[in-house]
Amino acid sequence: MTLALALEQLLNGLQLGVMLFLMAAGLTLIFGVMGLINLAHGSLYMVGAFACATVAAWTGSFWIGLIASLIAAAAAGAIVELVVIRRLYDRDHLDQVLATFALILMFSEGTRWLFGSFPLYLDIPPLLQGAVALPGGTEYPVYRLAIILAGAIVAFGLYLLISRTRLGMRIRAGESDREMIGALGVDIRTLYTVVFALGAALAGLAGAMVGALQSVQVGMGEPVLILAFVVIVIGGIGSIKGALLGALLVGVTDTMGRFLLPKILALFVAPAQAGMIGGAAASMLIYIVMAVILAVKPRGLFPAAHA
Amino acid sequence: MKKMLAAATLALSMSTTGMAFAEPLKIGMITTLSGGGAGLGIDTRDGFMLAIKNAGNKDITVVTEDDAQKPELAVQIADKMIQSDKVDVLTGIVWSNLLMAVAPSAVAQGKFYVSTNAAPAALAGANCNKLYFNAAYQNDNLHEAMGEYANKGYKKMFILAPNYPAGKDSLTGFKRYYKGQLAAEVYTQVGQTDYAAEIAQMRASGADGIFVFLPGGMGIAFMKQFAQSGVKIPVMGPGFSFSQDVLPAIGDAAVGAKASGQWAPDFDNAASKKFLADFQKEYNRLPSIYAVQAYDAAQLIVAAASKASVKNADAFGAELRKADIQSPRGKFKFNTNQHPIQDIYLTEVIKQNGVITNKTVEKIFADHGDAYAKDCKI
Repeated sequence: MTLALALEQLLNGLQLGVMLFLMAAGLTLIFGVMGLINLAHGSLYMVGAFACATVAAWTGSFWIGLIASLIAAAAAGAIVELVVIRRLYDRDHLDQVLATFALILMFSEGTRWLFGSFPLYLDIPPLLQGAVALPGGTEYPVYRLAIILAGAIVAFGLYLLISRTRLGMRIRAGESDREMIGALGVDIRTLYTVVFALGAALAGLAGAMVGALQSVQVGMGEPVLILAFVVIVIGGIGSIKGALLGALLVGVTDTMGRFLLPKILALFVAPAQAGMIGGAAASMLIYIVMAVILAVKPRGLFPAAHA
Repeated sequence: MKKMLAAATLALSMSTTGMAFAEPLKIGMITTLSGGGAGLGIDTRDGFMLAIKNAGNKDITVVTEDDAQKPELAVQIADKMIQSDKVDVLTGIVWSNLLMAVAPSAVAQGKFYVSTNAAPAALAGANCNKLYFNAAYQNDNLHEAMGEYANKGYKKMFILAPNYPAGKDSLTGFKRYYKGQLAAEVYTQVGQTDYAAEIAQMRASGADGIFVFLPGGMGIAFMKQFAQSGVKIPVMGPGFSFSQDVLPAIGDAAVGAKASGQWAPDFDNAASKKFLADFQKEYNRLPSIYAVQAYDAAQLIVAAASKASVKNADAFGAELRKADIQSPRGKFKFNTNQHPIQDIYLTEVIKQNGVITNKTVEKIFADHGDAYAKDCKI
């Protein structure tokens, strides 16, 4: 194994982590502030990808598509909050899970009805095409580096938003004591809608960025949603910092596991067997990590103050 | 003289259409119409229904249900179709793991199963059944063809497939014919969408060729990411990796890729031209190989139904085995294990008038059967 390969795999893990962070940040924010489990978060990711692919096909520009994905996902999030989610805050988590699971089915079939069952085409913008040379002589796709950069900017932006702005102050206050900030005259209903739309926009952004790299198709959100839940459980539900570290941990563990486990096993058994067993073991690895972390820290790495 | 000719013509037409059995035949189609694999199921359904429509036989009815690519759901639907819909023939399943859950129990209950795609090794050898037919291929076939092709000019191959029955059949089939060295043999998760870790290994492996079996959305994701990675190793795969259902979504990144298939849209025979024109007229898109396979499956059932009653399993099975159809693939007949013997071609992805599609390059195998037929005792 060369250093260049290890570096490349590390970047791959980082990129996966950043993408998961965009999903997990919205999910954990919504849970932290509103105490709501939103299974339909993956659908908002899909909405972002489809909006980007459609608008990019109309206008010929990925960038306009990217903006459209933010708007479409935020709008879808706001509408869902106003129409459905608003009625669920006082219910228990089982009702929330049922209702948001129903939303997944509606979003999936609605998207199929509008766009058909075949995957849509969405390509990487010309500016970010191709690969650049890395130290060590290997090459790395520009687009994946751009995703890492975009994720870092979003993480920093979220940090500023939450720690330095009035909206952020209200979000933090909402996390600590919901009734009190309502009593102090803050319009909690609007705050909830804004937070939900913000989370949705982040998911939409992730969907659009990843859509160009993977395939834009119905049901693309659910596998990512499961990973995003793993991330927030590891990071501590309700904590943005936990989401960031959890996402990077899951991204790097998953990538390195897929890469190293078959290699390690190959020292003991035949290559074909090693590939099969290693592949299966690698897909379990993040869940094993989650179980270990929960055994040591039952509330995750960075539990929110009042969860 | 004229009268005799007319009588002969009449007799001839009697023998083809006039003898048709007016026995009703009910077909249950279980296929994937929702979720990530829906594109494959929709092509299956559309190809199948095209042949049913062309046949114009009022006695044949088809009930269709969506399995959402879930084995447990497929089993429930099959039970319902057999018990309450009282179907005679089941068909349509795309995925081998679903087929393994449905087909053995359906044939045990005396129903015919005619597969439009999935063809696991487990049902082709010792566990073959006289009620189970496969109109597509045996899972290993297209991979075997690529193994044979790789022998010309490739010395060190990197091979990759998802970790499920058809994925294992795939790499087994490839290795059965490929004589060179293997750089690596990698199994990925079913439904995986990010291949960065695998592409990095390809770059570092020193392979001179890459073989991937990634049907549906998995292939789209892989090809797009591979094109961006800067890795310059040639990619090849079985036809599913570059089938018409995924090509528009992969885009230019697929152009130049070599694949194996039993059919491509440029086939120069009357049945293929008619199929292509009919399909485009009916659905306004190019058909994939899944559509061709389903079209032939329906043709086989229709042909058998016009000669024998499905209630007489021995006679109906014998008619199915004759495979008296005009396949767009050209030559088509059944092997002793009721899987096809057919030609397999090398295809290349091209861009023609702005449409990305496959073109035939050369024949890899002529009259190719499968490795399991010898274990089948029907």
